[in-house]
Amino acid sequence: MGKIHIDVEHLTRVEGHGNIVLNANSGKVENVQWQVPEAPRFFESFVRGRPWNELAHITSRICGICSIGHTLTSLKATEAAMGIETSEQTQLLRRLAIHGENTQSHILHVGYLIAPDLFRVGSVLPLIGTHPDAVLKVVKLHRLANEFSDLLCGRTTHPVSMAPGGFTWIPSEKDLRNMKMRWAEAVEVTNDVAEIVLANAGGLPSFSRETEYISLTSDDEYALYDGMIGSTDTGKHPVEGYLKITNEFVVPQSTAKYCKHARDSYMVGALARFNLNSRHLSPLAKHWAGKFHLKPINYNPFMNSVAQLVEFVHSVEDSIAIIDKLLAKGIDRRERPKVKPKAGRGVGAVDVPRGILFHDYTYDEKGICRKANCIIPTNQNHNNIQKDFEAFAPTLLDKPGKEIELNLEMLVRAYDPCISCSTHYLKVKLVH
Amino acid sequence: MKPKVAIFDFASCEGCELQIVNLEEAIIDVAKLVDIVEFREAMKESSDDYDIAIVEGSIARPIDEERLKKIRAKAKILIALGACAHLGGVQRLGNRFSPDENKKEVYHMARPEDISDGNPYFKEPRHRALDEVVKVDYTIPGCPINRVEFAKVLVALLTGKKPPIPDYPVCVECKKKENTCLYTVGGVCMGPVARGGCDAICPTYGGECEACRGYVSHPHEKAQMDVLAKYGLTAEEIMNRKTMFTSRYTEKKGGE
Ligand code: SF4
Ligand code: SF4
Ligand code: SF4
Repeated sequence: MGKIHIDVEHLTRVEGHGNIVLNANSGKVENVQWQVPEAPRFFESFVRGRPWNELAHITSRICGICSIGHTLTSLKATEAAMGIETSEQTQLLRRLAIHGENTQSHILHVGYLIAPDLFRVGSVLPLIGTHPDAVLKVVKLHRLANEFSDLLCGRTTHPVSMAPGGFTWIPSEKDLRNMKMRWAEAVEVTNDVAEIVLANAGGLPSFSRETEYISLTSDDEYALYDGMIGSTDTGKHPVEGYLKITNEFVVPQSTAKYCKHARDSYMVGALARFNLNSRHLSPLAKHWAGKFHLKPINYNPFMNSVAQLVEFVHSVEDSIAIIDKLLAKGIDRRERPKVKPKAGRGVGAVDVPRGILFHDYTYDEKGICRKANCIIPTNQNHNNIQKDFEAFAPTLLDKPGKEIELNLEMLVRAYDPCISCSTHYLKVKLVH
Repeated sequence: MKPKVAIFDFASCEGCELQIVNLEEAIIDVAKLVDIVEFREAMKESSDDYDIAIVEGSIARPIDEERLKKIRAKAKILIALGACAHLGGVQRLGNRFSPDENKKEVYHMARPEDISDGNPYFKEPRHRALDEVVKVDYTIPGCPINRVEFAKVLVALLTGKKPPIPDYPVCVECKKKENTCLYTVGGVCMGPVARGGCDAICPTYGGECEACRGYVSHPHEKAQMDVLAKYGLTAEEIMNRKTMFTSRYTEKKGGE
């Protein structure tokens, strides 16, 4: 066997910029590296000096796909810092907003970004010709999830109706009832899409590596909006102590920070949530987990996409239940947040589509931000991607170069990283 | 021959590209008019051969400048997509501090040599708009862009018409929707000087306009004078009050 050099610069179909480098010689991996060269944007530095009511709007721009999650985490951090209470209505509407983001993000990832790998094509575009029916079903679900998010946040990407303490605009009972009906009708399409993925799930590599999983966790529900930090290795921890969990460090090949906790690396995201919280899934979500033979603890990172699909189903069912609850109580559309800024420090945590997210702000007495820390899910996963590479790459070496490359790319995509990044350019050199 | 379109991203949240994906079926219609040869967020293919380059994101480091210049050299038409490309994005607020101070604040746990200017990934990051580095032919403003406007601009370009970007203040659209003016409830809104075309989405949902689409072309003349007069304000005053997206216009060279 000869020399293999793979350099997948600017991985496609991930939200952000990442490079893969693999060097192998005579059947041995000499070096395999995951690099994140995107330009640093310094959010934690430049929010210093900005007022409390700007923070959620600014940090929302950390990620376009997770903008609802960043907004909510930011609001929770500000509320914790200033001791701001929120109403039950606000909390229920925010839970719906998370389901809105989870559904749109997960279907985008599974339907538009992972499906092309299963069918061995470069994007969803060729599938429009070969599998028009399936593509239209995915499009239908994606559109519905976006409209659901629009209804709750004013706008799916970078919400405009949310503020510390509550909402500046609240949907009507009629619109919510209508949305509930549409989700109820969409259950059938959801089942169809899950069937299609199941029929093609054989295309997911069977690879597994034991690691630690971290997500929010709660005794009462499938934790997304609230809970404690949970680890498959070390149990429960308070959110305020997040720095003891994340332990950020910097590697020169990456402008994104890396994290580790009880082991070399840990994983966050849908699979982590499933591994910690599956007992709280909705009935239909449990049914689909069973069909895919997904059981906790599952150590195959490629199953993250399946966990996303299972969560999609959960979000649909739970949204219907939450809307019922809101309607039974009646909606107060005139409720508005009242905030008096004050000095303090607060930490917010939400489990967003790609995993657990932390924002931590310190404000002065005028409500001006003086210190900030944001730890995003993708950064928590980088180190786990690197460790997976080291275990996965050696098993691939007898495959053709194109297949090695595809498998490594698929591994990164399984994590659904949102490394906000550029062009893609790909070099494969096989030397015999 | 259909014109070839390539979509590139620099420092950004990729939310503007997401609006293109969110065109859903309409993207299939767009694909009938043009050949999308590169779109990293959504496809594996890439190409060095394109007529129109659509570029999202701000330009920070020398390696980013270089890449943008290469794209410019190949493209017949270059379009700036969204506020990051148009104005430098929210990340431009970082230019209030020196690159070293930003690095120290965010990467305090790093070994100094790993994040020094000797590492090209960390070299001299200062966020700028595309037109501060290369010539830009058209701009689609917004954070994020309005996807309907995106489709209209593309169609106009392909049919040889001037892309329709409005040049009136957000107040015009806000008044049409009969919203309660935020100045009556103690808010501060950039609507009178901000460029419209977003259907005044923020005030409509009770949020203050931050002028993510930039200012109208001559804010001192084209501002919404009646609103300013009613609340005893000048264009100058409100332009200095809010800078989330507009620090490009107020930024002092070499930091504050
Ligand atoms: S302009 Fe706004 S939405 Fe678009 S890429 Fe930049 S931050 Fe994201
Ligand atoms: S100032 Fe703002 S709220 Fe008032 S009319 Fe103009 S856009 Fe609307
Ligand atoms: S209202 Fe202002 S901030 Fe909001 S989208 Fe329009 S221009 Fe941007």
